[in-house]
Amino acid sequence: MSDPKPTEGPKPAEGPKPTEGPKPPNGVNPDKDLGAQNLPGQRLDHGEVIGVRRGMFGPNNGGDTTGYGRLVRTVRLPGEATRPYGGWFDEVADELEGALEEQGLLPENAIEKTVVDRGELTFHIAREHLPRVARTLRDDPALRFELCTGVSGVHLPGDKGRELHAVYHLRSITHNRLIRLEVSAPDADPHVPSIVDVYPTNDWHERETYDFFGLIFDGHPALTRIMMPDDWQGFPQRKDYPLGGIPVEYKGARIPAPDQRRSYS
Amino acid sequence: MSTPNGTANGTTPNGTANDSGAPAGARETTEGTVYTVTGGDWAEIADAAKRADDERIVVNMGPQHPSTHGVLRLILEIDGETVTEARCGIGYLHTGIEKNLEFRNWTQGTTFVTRMDYLTPFFNETAYCLGVERLLGIEEQVPDRASVIRVMLMELNRISSHLVAIATGGMELGATTIMIYGFRDREMVLDIFELITGLRMNHAYVRPGGLAQDLPPGAVDQVREFVKKMRRNLPEYDKLATGNPIFKGRMEGIGHLDLTGCMALGATGPILRSAGLPHDLRKAQPYCGYENYDFDVPTADTCDAYGRFLIRLDEMRQSLRIVEQCLDRLQPGPVMVADKKIAWPAQLALGPDGLGNSLDHIKKIMGTSMEALIHHFKLVTEGFRVPPGQAYVAVESPKGELGVHVVSDGGTRPYRVHFRDPSFTNLQAMAAMCEGGMVADVIVAVASIDPVMGGVDR
Repeated sequence: MSDPKPTEGPKPAEGPKPTEGPKPPNGVNPDKDLGAQNLPGQRLDHGEVIGVRRGMFGPNNGGDTTGYGRLVRTVRLPGEATRPYGGWFDEVADELEGALEEQGLLPENAIEKTVVDRGELTFHIAREHLPRVARTLRDDPALRFELCTGVSGVHLPGDKGRELHAVYHLRSITHNRLIRLEVSAPDADPHVPSIVDVYPTNDWHERETYDFFGLIFDGHPALTRIMMPDDWQGFPQRKDYPLGGIPVEYKGARIPAPDQRRSYS
Repeated sequence: MSTPNGTANGTTPNGTANDSGAPAGARETTEGTVYTVTGGDWAEIADAAKRADDERIVVNMGPQHPSTHGVLRLILEIDGETVTEARCGIGYLHTGIEKNLEFRNWTQGTTFVTRMDYLTPFFNETAYCLGVERLLGIEEQVPDRASVIRVMLMELNRISSHLVAIATGGMELGATTIMIYGFRDREMVLDIFELITGLRMNHAYVRPGGLAQDLPPGAVDQVREFVKKMRRNLPEYDKLATGNPIFKGRMEGIGHLDLTGCMALGATGPILRSAGLPHDLRKAQPYCGYENYDFDVPTADTCDAYGRFLIRLDEMRQSLRIVEQCLDRLQPGPVMVADKKIAWPAQLALGPDGLGNSLDHIKKIMGTSMEALIHHFKLVTEGFRVPPGQAYVAVESPKGELGVHVVSDGGTRPYRVHFRDPSFTNLQAMAAMCEGGMVADVIVAVASIDPVMGGVDR
C-alpha cells in the first residue's frame, strides 16, 4: 500500500477544498479519530462522501468475529479543486466557461464542480446541460474534443440523490488532451440526455450503459438492450444486482459463490 | 436462417403448414409476412418472395457463420446482391467480466481482463494495470525492466494480432495461403509467450506494480531469433498479396470510411490511420516509456480495406523495430515495485508440479520469519487497498484505443472497471462501410475492421 497521506500522488496545486461530510450514525467520526487517518485510502476531511465502510469484511450480517467489527471508515471520492488547476487544465476550464457564457448559459449552472485528481481533469455537468456542453467542447476551436470514447456507468448507492453516474471521456486530437465529463442522476429518475447527435459513436455505448445500469438516455434513436437478451429483467451492473453463481465442492469442502464468500471489504 | 423477428422455430398460427400457399410456414404480422425457413427449397422461397409485393429480403448472417469473425450476427437487408441496410447483432459472447471483476481483488483482475479481447491479452492486462497504478499513485515507481518487458510483449502481441487479422481476412476471401502463412508466424509468437508466461493465451502476466515474474532463461535469445525469422517472413505477405490483382480487386475501395466518418463513429487504430490521420496513442500520449523508442506511424489515404491491410503489414515491421530496441534496453533489475505492500511477496519458480511459489520463499516464511508468513497471507488473501477515485488510461491496441476506466472506493476490490474496447466501437462503423455495397464485400469490410467478439461483448 502506498503512503495514505494526501501528499502522495498528483494533487492540485492548492489542494482540494474541505467539505463537511455527514457524521456516521454511531457517533464515531473516523476523520476526527486519531488513528483513522493512518488507514489506507483516507482523504481526511476532503472530498465527497459516498459511503461508510464498517469492519474488515464484506458481508454485514454480523458474522464478523475478528475484532475488526467496530472499524468505521468514511469513503470519500476526490473533492472539488480550486484554481489554479495546473497545466492546460485552467486553459480548458476558462475556454469552456467563456464559450458557455457566450451562449448565454451561466457556467456555474452547467458545471457543478471541477475535480482535478491524479493528473486528470473532471467536469461534473448538470445533466440537463450535457448536450450543450458536449457540443461546445466538440465545436469550439480552442477546445475541439473531436473524439468521444464512449460512456461508462457507475452505480454509487451511497451517493444519495445522485446514485447513477455516467462518465464520458473526451479526447482532443487537435490539442492532444483528454478530459472527463461526469453527470449523475438519482435512482428514482434515471434520465440523462443522449449525446448521440453530438457524438454518433455513443450510440452503442449508451445502449450498453442502459443495458447494464438502467440509465435512460433521452433522445437516443433506439435505446434497446445490446448485450443482454431483450427480455432480460433488471440491470446487471447495479450494485444491488447479485453476481449469481452456485456453491462448488472442492476436496470435500463447500465453497460458496463468489459474492457469498467472506471477503475483505 | 430466419427473419430478424426471430421465428426460427415458430409454427404457423393454426398449426397447418401451407394454408396460405407459402413455403415452410408463413404468418402475417404487423410488420408484413414473416416466413419461417428451416432448410428447404430455395426456389420456393424465391418464388414466394417474388409473389410478395415488397422486394425487401432480410438475411441473417451469423451468429454462426464462418466469415463473420466469431459470434457476430449481421442483419442484412438485401436487394439482389446489393446491401441496402446493414445492422449488427452482438452480445452472444457476453460473459460479464466487468461485473465479475468487482468480486475479486485488484491483482486477480488481470486474470479476467486478459480474457476480454483474447487476441490482445497483453494490451488488456497492461491497460488495466496502468489504471490501477495511476489510482495507487505508483506510476513512477514501476521498474524500468518491467516497462521494457511490457512494451516488448505488447509489440509481439501486436504482431500476432495483426497476423490473425490478415490471416482470417485472407481466408474469408478464399486466400487460404495467407491464412496458413499467418498462423504459421503467429505460432512463433505464441511459443515465445508460452516460454515467458507459461501460457499461449490468457496470461495474467502483467500485474499491478510490474510483472508476475522475470523473463526465463533463453527468452531473449528466442525473441532475437524470432525477429530475425519474422524479418525474413514478412516480405512473403507482400509477394503473396500486396501486388496480387485478385486480392487488390477484392480489397480496394471496399469498406470505405473517411476521416469525418471515423471521427464521428469514434473509429481508431488502423481504420483511422487508413483515412490518413497519423493518430497513435504511443506517440500522442506515451505510456510505458514509448517516447524513448524510435518507430513510425504508418498511414494510408485510401480509406479502404486495402489501406488497412497495408497499414497492418507496416505496423508489424515497426513492431519488430521496437522489439529489437526493447532487447537492447533490457537491463537487469527488479520487475515489481519495491513497495512490499503491493508487490507479491514470492517470486514464482518452476516446481515439479508447475509454476508456483519458490521453495526458497516457502522455506523462509515457514521456517524463519513469522512476520513474512503473516505478510504473505494478508497480501495474497486480502490484497491491497486502492485509494478512492477514478482513472482513465488508454493504450494503443492493434485495433485502436483501448481505454480502461477504473473506479475505486478504497477497498481491496475494484468498484467498477469499464473497458472501452476498440472492437466494440469500431464495429459500429460496419453499417457505414457496407450499405450500398455487395454482399460479398460485407465480408471484406468486416474483416478490415478486425473485430474480436471477446472484446466486443466482454
